Amino acid sequence: MDTSLSPALRLSGITKRFGALTANDGISFELGQGEVIALLGENGAGKTTLMNILFGHYVADEGSVEVFGQALPPGDPKAALAAGVGMVHQHFTLADNMSVIDNIALGTQPLFRLKLDRSAARAKIDQLAQDFGLAVKADALVADLSVGERQRVEILKALYRDARVLILDEPTAVLTPTETEALFKTLKLLVAKGLSVIFISHKLNEVMMASDRVLVLRAGKLSGERRTSETNRHELAALMVGREVTPPVVATVERGPLLYELKGVSTARRAHGTALKEIELALHGGEITGVAGVSGNGQAALAGLLAGMEAPVSGTVRIKDAAVTAWSPLAALTAGIARVPEDRHRQGAIADMSVSENVIAERYRDRRFSRGGLVDWVAARTFAQSIIDDYEVKCPSPEARIRLLSGGNMQKLILGRALDPNPSVILANQPSRGLDVGAVAYVHSRLLEARARGAAVLLISEDLEELLALSDRIVVISEGRLSKPSARGKLSISQIGAMMAGHEAA
Amino acid sequence: MMDAVEILFTASFWVAAIRIASPLIFATMGELICERAGVLNLGIEGIMTAGAFAGWFTVYMGGDLWTGVLVAALVGMGFGLLHSLLTVPLGLSQHVVGIGVTLLATSLTYYVYRLALPEVTSPPKIEPFQPWAVPGLSKLPVVGEALFTQTPLTYLAFILVILVAWGLYRTPLGLAVRAVGENPGAVEAQGISVTAMRMGAVMTGSALMAIGGAFLTMSAFNSFFFNMINGRGWVCIALVVFGSWRPGKALLGAILFAAFDAYQIRLQQLSGGVVPYQVFLMLPYALSILALIVVARRATYPKALMVPYQKGER
Repeated sequence: MDTSLSPALRLSGITKRFGALTANDGISFELGQGEVIALLGENGAGKTTLMNILFGHYVADEGSVEVFGQALPPGDPKAALAAGVGMVHQHFTLADNMSVIDNIALGTQPLFRLKLDRSAARAKIDQLAQDFGLAVKADALVADLSVGERQRVEILKALYRDARVLILDEPTAVLTPTETEALFKTLKLLVAKGLSVIFISHKLNEVMMASDRVLVLRAGKLSGERRTSETNRHELAALMVGREVTPPVVATVERGPLLYELKGVSTARRAHGTALKEIELALHGGEITGVAGVSGNGQAALAGLLAGMEAPVSGTVRIKDAAVTAWSPLAALTAGIARVPEDRHRQGAIADMSVSENVIAERYRDRRFSRGGLVDWVAARTFAQSIIDDYEVKCPSPEARIRLLSGGNMQKLILGRALDPNPSVILANQPSRGLDVGAVAYVHSRLLEARARGAAVLLISEDLEELLALSDRIVVISEGRLSKPSARGKLSISQIGAMMAGHEAA
Repeated sequence: MMDAVEILFTASFWVAAIRIASPLIFATMGELICERAGVLNLGIEGIMTAGAFAGWFTVYMGGDLWTGVLVAALVGMGFGLLHSLLTVPLGLSQHVVGIGVTLLATSLTYYVYRLALPEVTSPPKIEPFQPWAVPGLSKLPVVGEALFTQTPLTYLAFILVILVAWGLYRTPLGLAVRAVGENPGAVEAQGISVTAMRMGAVMTGSALMAIGGAFLTMSAFNSFFFNMINGRGWVCIALVVFGSWRPGKALLGAILFAAFDAYQIRLQQLSGGVVPYQVFLMLPYALSILALIVVARRATYPKALMVPYQKGER
């Protein structure tokens, strides 16, 4: 790299506040030309905010941005685009009802023209797709594309505008392992052609794999900067979380009584996902049962069954000794089944309601939170505050809208809400999806605590490492059928993988 | 009973249907542009009233007919500016603002009417647009008379549908308008101002609504009455849904509704007073609701419709 050249990007003293929250606090760094920087940090550390300032979506309260030595006017995505900064947003900025070409061409041609030049756009897109190995169907509707394809469209959008600096916000969060590999290949190709890249991540292995340099952000401040070749996962994790992260210890717990049982249970066919077919499952206290499987093989139906949102068409369900006859989420809650839903944004929380309102959402009828038909807001707030304190939730106050919280913090609240009345059965559906190292360890330790206390935990996850670390027994779900449970250490990752693909256990 | 069917094959029935459809076409295209950009414009009823008056009054005061159309459009644009200022940069509830604009525009129009013409008892008349037979085409059987012996404003309405369809699907501007109603974030990320797109769309759409209103006073009739819009604006809102936010389908919807309307007038005359006339008046609306149920249940609406976009908010 020629050091006499000005850096591709220079950020100086960026500070941004949202109300009482300081999301970025005096952050400065440079991105060299042809360099790949990983911006590492926990959820809520301020990574996305920083990139949104850089791209002009937000205006920084203090500080400035330079691109190739030129100052960038704040709050103007158009100027950022013109300066050669392209951004691939975590939540894709694509119009679903429009074609790939239209999405890419949007805003690249003068608005007041009689005809959109689609053929020129198509030619350029095809050329780029070929040069960078980003295969997409140019005429397909975005709505019909897979997540990986949508991301390729986003990258093409930036390249189409001749971006020289590419920012990727949590690019791998939504990708399958194969898609992630393909993305990293693309990044290598981009850098080989002279682009500079910043990618945001909270996954250490990806950072180690794909970056030249790592910047670590913690609580809005730059907490460390390392050459990737001179550091290791352990050091980065500590920088990111601010303390040593040790995986929770799985203590031996005696197997408790049978708390939940499914016998020959089938569910009705559903529009999305697979129905359960004649499954047998017994959950004992003091035990974590892990469910492995490729998503869409009946996990949703199984979770729905436990949460009372789905009724079986045949078979029996018993909670402790009583056969279940009423199927509603309320009945399930009352029977002592706690749930951590798969999608915390859609099923776990009401984004525009406050933290207090959200933590009592499942139990506002309880005597504890209502008096004579009126909500006892003091009790609700106290409860919210106790979760915030106990679970170290980063949040300005119980009155804050839950939308403002990062994924990890939202998950902690949901966990706190679910675990509070000491439930006997806990449904944890993808409890650590999208969370950073610190939060994952935290969620795991809480689940293990519940197990030690004698609760039965059903852990549904697509992360095999998580399943193997936590589960006392593992079952594999495939096309709506459950395998026989295997005790801890009896199955290897490759055996589970084969069973997930539908092969019988060896 | 035969008579009731024969009506459908008379040229005069279709001439009337197309005439009744014309103001609906203008206003529906206007509403469609607003909604495609993500803004529900419930100001439509009031903006049509204001347009009806503004166009007619301009001509009454000695302006020429096309000047009247232009003034109506400008007045509509003014109310569109008000609506969009409140709903776009300020992000207020589109329902509330829309109803407010309708009430404001309607009352303001009646007020100005009373102020300008305090003495009159019967509404004064103007010389409206006259039908103009398109040479050659108007000689075609049935279709010729229905489509090509109309006033210039009706021709303009049909040309408008083509322009809107072309504009939305073939031009860079139309692309940006559709994108802003689907995912404003995508538009901003491509360096286009969401505010400018939405405000522009609402103002353009409102101008068209006002021309739709002006059609009534300057082409269908020749004077301005109170209550003359009579729910046509609300019908156009339904027509946009009926048309699944597509100009061509919305045009068909407008013609269908107008045909129901023209038909019920003729049925009233046939029934000879046995059935209360209100039943017939109700007919087009009842049929529209039925049509909506059949057609619009599967409609995919613009995803960002009625969602205010505030830059830099999270």
